[in-house]
Amino acid sequence: MNAEQAASQPDAAEPNTAIDAQATEPDKPKRWVGNRLPRREDPRMLRGSGRFVDDIPDPHAYHLAFVRSPVASGRITEILTEDAISMPGVVAVLTSADLGHPSLTAVLEREEFVPTTMPLLAKDRVRYAGEPIVAVVAENRYLAEDAADNVWVEIEEMPPVLSLEDLGRSDLPVIHDEAPDGVLVDLQMFTDDLLDDVLGSAPLVLEEIFRSGRVTAAPMESRTCRADWRDRDEQLVLEVSTQVPHQVRSGIAQALGVPERKVRVIAPDVGGGFGLKCVVGREEVVAAAIAMRMRHAVRWSEDRQENLIASFHGREQEYRIRAGFDDEGRFVGLEADIRCNIGAYSVYPFSCAVEPLMAATELPGVYKVGRYAARARGFASNKPPTAPYRGVSRPQIVLVMERLMDKAARSLGLDRVEIRRRNTIQPDDFPYLGPNGITYEPGSYVEALELCAAEVGKAGWREQCERQDGLLRGIGIVNFSERTAYGTATMGMRKMQMTPGFEVSHVRMDASGDVVVTSGTCGHGQGHETTFAQIVADVLAISPDRIKLRQGDTDVTSFGWGTFASRSLVIGGGSAAVAARRLADQLREVAAEMLEAEPTDIELVDGHAQVRGAPDARLTIDEIAATVHFRSHTLVQREEQLLEARGSADPPGMFSNAAHAALVEVDPGTGDAQVVDYIVIEDCGVVVNPMIVDGQVRGGVAQGIGSALYEEMSYSPEGQPLTGTFMDYMVPTASEIPRVAVHHLETPCDQTETGAKGMGEGGTIGAPAAVLSALNDALRDYDADIDFVPVRPADLLAVLEGTSNSERRLETA
Amino acid sequence: MKPASFEYHRAYTPEEVVEVLTELGEDAKILAGGQSLAPMMNFRLARPSALVDVNTVAGLDYIRREGDELCVGALTRHRTLEISIADDVRDGFGLLPRAARWIGHYPIRSRGTVGGSIAHSDPTAEWCLMARLYDAQVVVLGPDGRRAIPSEDWFTGFLTTASGPDEMVVETRFGRPRAHGALTEYARRRGDFAIAAAAVAFDVVDGRCHDVSIVLGGVANEPLRLPEAEAIVEGAAPEEDTWTAAARSAAAAIRPGSDLNGDDHYRRHLVDTLTRRAFAEALETGNSR
Repeated sequence: MNAEQAASQPDAAEPNTAIDAQATEPDKPKRWVGNRLPRREDPRMLRGSGRFVDDIPDPHAYHLAFVRSPVASGRITEILTEDAISMPGVVAVLTSADLGHPSLTAVLEREEFVPTTMPLLAKDRVRYAGEPIVAVVAENRYLAEDAADNVWVEIEEMPPVLSLEDLGRSDLPVIHDEAPDGVLVDLQMFTDDLLDDVLGSAPLVLEEIFRSGRVTAAPMESRTCRADWRDRDEQLVLEVSTQVPHQVRSGIAQALGVPERKVRVIAPDVGGGFGLKCVVGREEVVAAAIAMRMRHAVRWSEDRQENLIASFHGREQEYRIRAGFDDEGRFVGLEADIRCNIGAYSVYPFSCAVEPLMAATELPGVYKVGRYAARARGFASNKPPTAPYRGVSRPQIVLVMERLMDKAARSLGLDRVEIRRRNTIQPDDFPYLGPNGITYEPGSYVEALELCAAEVGKAGWREQCERQDGLLRGIGIVNFSERTAYGTATMGMRKMQMTPGFEVSHVRMDASGDVVVTSGTCGHGQGHETTFAQIVADVLAISPDRIKLRQGDTDVTSFGWGTFASRSLVIGGGSAAVAARRLADQLREVAAEMLEAEPTDIELVDGHAQVRGAPDARLTIDEIAATVHFRSHTLVQREEQLLEARGSADPPGMFSNAAHAALVEVDPGTGDAQVVDYIVIEDCGVVVNPMIVDGQVRGGVAQGIGSALYEEMSYSPEGQPLTGTFMDYMVPTASEIPRVAVHHLETPCDQTETGAKGMGEGGTIGAPAAVLSALNDALRDYDADIDFVPVRPADLLAVLEGTSNSERRLETA
Repeated sequence: MKPASFEYHRAYTPEEVVEVLTELGEDAKILAGGQSLAPMMNFRLARPSALVDVNTVAGLDYIRREGDELCVGALTRHRTLEISIADDVRDGFGLLPRAARWIGHYPIRSRGTVGGSIAHSDPTAEWCLMARLYDAQVVVLGPDGRRAIPSEDWFTGFLTTASGPDEMVVETRFGRPRAHGALTEYARRRGDFAIAAAAVAFDVVDGRCHDVSIVLGGVANEPLRLPEAEAIVEGAAPEEDTWTAAARSAAAAIRPGSDLNGDDHYRRHLVDTLTRRAFAEALETGNSR
């Protein structure tokens, strides 16, 4: 790369210049946090030397294929496996009965929650098309699929419960006997006796219905696992593409009735998860059960069709809203009745209450809504179960709040930014206690909104909207928060039987002065090997190159909860910072002894321990490490030898915030909508690595645009999935995603070890609302009032032709 | 998503292909670029008992002019036509390279073949639309030798053709070269199958349109020629009003049906737009002829 090319690629050039600039300042120690350090993971990923489950060679392993339900709902009357068993290369054909009817049950300790059992293989009922019924084990996947074709399953079909409209209908068969009305969770989270009065006398009351389509996370690597029993370790080893190794271990232990020690779960490189892999898959536990039973390795690689129609979905929700405003456009009250189509089963261990709980609790967002009441229900249906997909209900609640802002602004003749400004929690409101019982720590809610509006102005979008070239253009600006890094106390309020929150890290320095950090979090694309190293490097004053993160192995790390809910850098990285500080204390203590000084006078600077004020009296950290390991006889006897420390973190959960703006173009000739430019103002506290944060934001925005315009899992009236390939389930490609400009604000968080807040989901959360707002703006002259996603070309044409129904059809087919 | 078991044969001459096909019977399929067949086999929607790989057949990768006809060998990859700047192509068939750009993505264009696309006869396939637009002859080789089938007889329904099970497409002969041609498509994402497509070709003589063809894709089981709309443009001035009248006629002539991408009404609207845009683009981008 010549100098000119380098200059035109700021992202590539910046890291070195930033670090070099700091290195030339002798008085200022290097600080790695805040640097655009290139990702440690990238060279191996880009060169194809990453190690994903399917890269693990094992020519002797059996392959698993599943016979899946061809119908959405029915009763199994007969399963015939004889033909399949006799086929060449087939090792076993197993039903639920053959495995002893193992199952998983997710439990919330709440009266309003109905626990339901999810059998690993369907037992007597099938509850969605694609549900696994029979496991076929063969010498390879081809033969396994051949045999699966020859398993005969007789099903007495029943009419399915599919759409939001079907939910709770008494003329349709009950899905779970435990929940005759189909309601698996019914949460009346907040009530306010004065809300009716307030809404009754408000100058403006909006009664609206908002809907969002069922989507799926579609990670690049679908689910996959390899299970093997190892006699030497008396242990089942499951290598699995997961976000939550310890939770998979617990799921296997509970479903198969074995102690946790007898199960080791390893997540090697994982090609994305987005929540789809933060729950335990039935197929993975079946693979474990078969490996234990047969004492033989068995592997399963989900194909894309299975991934789309038979893994986990999310976001199929409806919000019935009453919102009251005063004459100035300020909220006086908000009432929400939220219904979530959670699919056929409650996923383990988070349960089906994740979406309803999040929706009811965090609907108000960055706005002061006055009086507030919310009811949120989760209904069972004959579609695949839902998992906590990136953002979990917040893409929907932000869409609801931002549409309410737009609608109120329009009704009252207010500017869309001004009405948001009036309703936003102000800087002097912090700490702000919301009507939802949450205390908001400081964020840059107003500043982000103002900066976003200013950037939109600078980008010349308004001038673009005036162009007369046959295209219709519109702008959406949205403002929102994203609660992240929920610790034990906050998660405990959900009343899950298994309550996540804390993390424990170990930091260990070896005799050469290199460091291994462990964490129970489990990065799967987020660059944790880089960012954790940056955090620890600053504490120990060594280069991040000398720090290696070990994660994703239940035998290597302490018990931990995994990577989800934007928790890992804050909680896992926080626990690593705590452990590193303890290790730094140990280094100072040994250095003090070797340099004949007080530990409090020792400072760690640039790979050395030195006496404060006498920098000539110093040792390299390598010398200290070698001495501790090999020459401890020269040191005083300590209670514990070696350089090892342990730390934990368990913060309460904190709000990142962001403002997004989208510019869209609509072609009236085709109904096509394109997002042509996009601006993000992001505040996630202290930014550990801006390049990684930018990547998270941009990827999230892409997923959000996907669910706004392109993606929806569609079903026929019989419950047959219609979107079983990437031809029909339209994940947007690079051609459909615009440039995304990212600007950072930094409101450091005093509740976390590093000042950082989580930020893994914000892009996904803001984009659907921004795009929908922009679409309605583009069609403002046609009285557009679209309150659903995804918005398809035909929907936009209906607005242009004046035949739109803002609440839309419910089912595509 | 693994195919059911099948026999694999490889052939080196067109005659050998026919011989093997005759021997294997109608459950055997020709494997050319494999861009449609392989996915269908992986989904087990197609379960041929045998594949005859023709990628090793020599002499079927060519583009040559014979008088007014542009003859394209069956094993010519999409990409070859896409990047062709030969005068033989530019003179009267300049639309073909531009049409190729609408085909899928780069890897698909590099691998897929013109003959394979014609044989598969997807109603949105660019070469099928071009075959109808330029009244192509599809040349097949069978046990009884070669025969040429006019494109209007070639397409016999959804993914079905006039070819026999023991015949192989060896050449497509595009005819009726014209100065103006355009293909417009609409899909949600770049590279997807078109929800609808419109192709037009015509000459302009003394300020009037002549020799007009209009073909639509994605609105019926096969590429659809529109004689009534063609008649509207024939002899009319090449201007917006003409295009509008033709587009309206095109939209009225079809019964496209509904699917996930939109209903009947939406597809008519698309066809109206695409037809107008195809004429406008064709007028602007005349060939060197």
